[in-house]
Amino acid sequence: MAVTSAGATRDGNAPARPRKNRTFLVLNIISIVAGIAIWWGLSLAGLQFPTPVEVVSAAWKMTLDGTLATDVGASLGRVLAGFALGSVAAVIVGFVMGWYTVARGLFEPWIQFFRTIPPLAMLPLVLVLMGIGESPKIFVIFLAAFLSCVISTYQGVVNVDKTLINAARVLGASDGTIFGRVVVPASTPFILVGMRVGLGSAWGTLVAAELLAAQAGLGHRMQSAQLYYDLPTIFVGIIAIGVLGLIMDRLLMIAGNKLTAWQENR
Amino acid sequence: MSTPESTREIAPKISVRDVQKVFPVGKEPFVALGGVSLDIADNEFVTVVGPSGCGKSTLLNILAGLEQPTGGTALVDGKPVTGPGPERGVIFQQYALFPWLTVRENVEFGMRTAKVPKAERRERAEHFIRLVGLEQFADALPKTLSGGMKQRCAIARAYAVNPSILLMDEPFGALDALTRVRLQEQLLETWSKERRTVMFITHDVDEAVFLANRVVVMAARPGRIAEVIDVDLPYPRDEDMRLSPEFGALRNRVWHAVYHQRQIKEPAQ
Repeated sequence: MAVTSAGATRDGNAPARPRKNRTFLVLNIISIVAGIAIWWGLSLAGLQFPTPVEVVSAAWKMTLDGTLATDVGASLGRVLAGFALGSVAAVIVGFVMGWYTVARGLFEPWIQFFRTIPPLAMLPLVLVLMGIGESPKIFVIFLAAFLSCVISTYQGVVNVDKTLINAARVLGASDGTIFGRVVVPASTPFILVGMRVGLGSAWGTLVAAELLAAQAGLGHRMQSAQLYYDLPTIFVGIIAIGVLGLIMDRLLMIAGNKLTAWQENR
Repeated sequence: MSTPESTREIAPKISVRDVQKVFPVGKEPFVALGGVSLDIADNEFVTVVGPSGCGKSTLLNILAGLEQPTGGTALVDGKPVTGPGPERGVIFQQYALFPWLTVRENVEFGMRTAKVPKAERRERAEHFIRLVGLEQFADALPKTLSGGMKQRCAIARAYAVNPSILLMDEPFGALDALTRVRLQEQLLETWSKERRTVMFITHDVDEAVFLANRVVVMAARPGRIAEVIDVDLPYPRDEDMRLSPEFGALRNRVWHAVYHQRQIKEPAQ
């Protein structure tokens, strides 16, 4: 209750916030504990779930024999490669589209078309064309990240406040300077939102791609566990995917908040 | 009004010759400016006041080089305006500070594009930040500043590239009355220390009279100059001046010139 007493010494409505956050955190923890308890209860009640203990011991075994690290490494490597390539390409294409009307006219129909196709639907084609190595998987992830991020970047460039561009112009800035010192920073918030969506999309696509065609990775591990009716391993896979996705999302969010701390209304 | 005969003997700093601006809206084109002529002398402080739709902002944007006239010419130092230039500083109503830059970085922006060496840049930024009284906030981001402070920062930023002309587009329009009065006094103080030719757009009659050597009253539909009123009150001007009968008489004249146009159809905005 240190928070409450510290809050009480402040004036006005200032103490409301920390107390609210604390309540929120407590509710979060209660919810997680209750969720695990219900899971445990269901598995003891005869549902075909492994108990949390079985899952933890499976995770421990996989950690000891190195399979978990290998799988996580393989999956993370793919997603990071695809995501990095996709984001870089999306930022470049998005900027070009936002800045040059001609480029917008040429790129837009293709991007809009491919956006309606789930990247996974491309997998059969990509597998035929690129074989079964790493490249087809990285390519679909690239596609997922790129398509989610490019529109957002483009919107960011188009939405840059005209007054800021005029302000730079009357201060003697050339087009190049305006682009580098006004358009790029002003569209960063949009790019970061696009990257977060892109990361989520990349992660989802990765796991599905691994389920279909991979020799390692979390998706592959779950796929083979399915054959042996190895439910604890499947659970380990699911939880690892969730935790890793959450961690990556949070890291990107923290980086984003640092980069866009200048924003007025947040 | 401002026909060539009425200009001062020396060549005017700004010379607007029969400038027209027509926007093609639907079938009937919108005449924002229907042939406006105006001369502004070097170091003169001119305010432009008029109802919305009278084209006062368009006139300023043409002088800033942000818009092109559809007829006539705008001359600065005898040369036609073809685009924005560092000799014409612009201050916008929406402040237009770069939100990702600190006060100091904002003030240095124009000097960086002009490739002013770092040491000199620092020194000049420091000088103008002090001039507008923001020295305690030099490293603050715009989001932490009040509206009045933001506009002071924008004024420092415009001054820092050392323009000979300041074009101000309703700079205090978004501020509360008290802050506005304070900033008007500060602006005159700054202007008395660092003389520039100023064209200041406003819709506030008091503000127009308080600041100006000359008040240009514009009318709408089509945008035109209705009347030019000389303000022969001495500087420095202060609160007493604002309450004096001379000021009151001038304000009434300008007020009448502005609101006498009320019969004209209100522009759709």
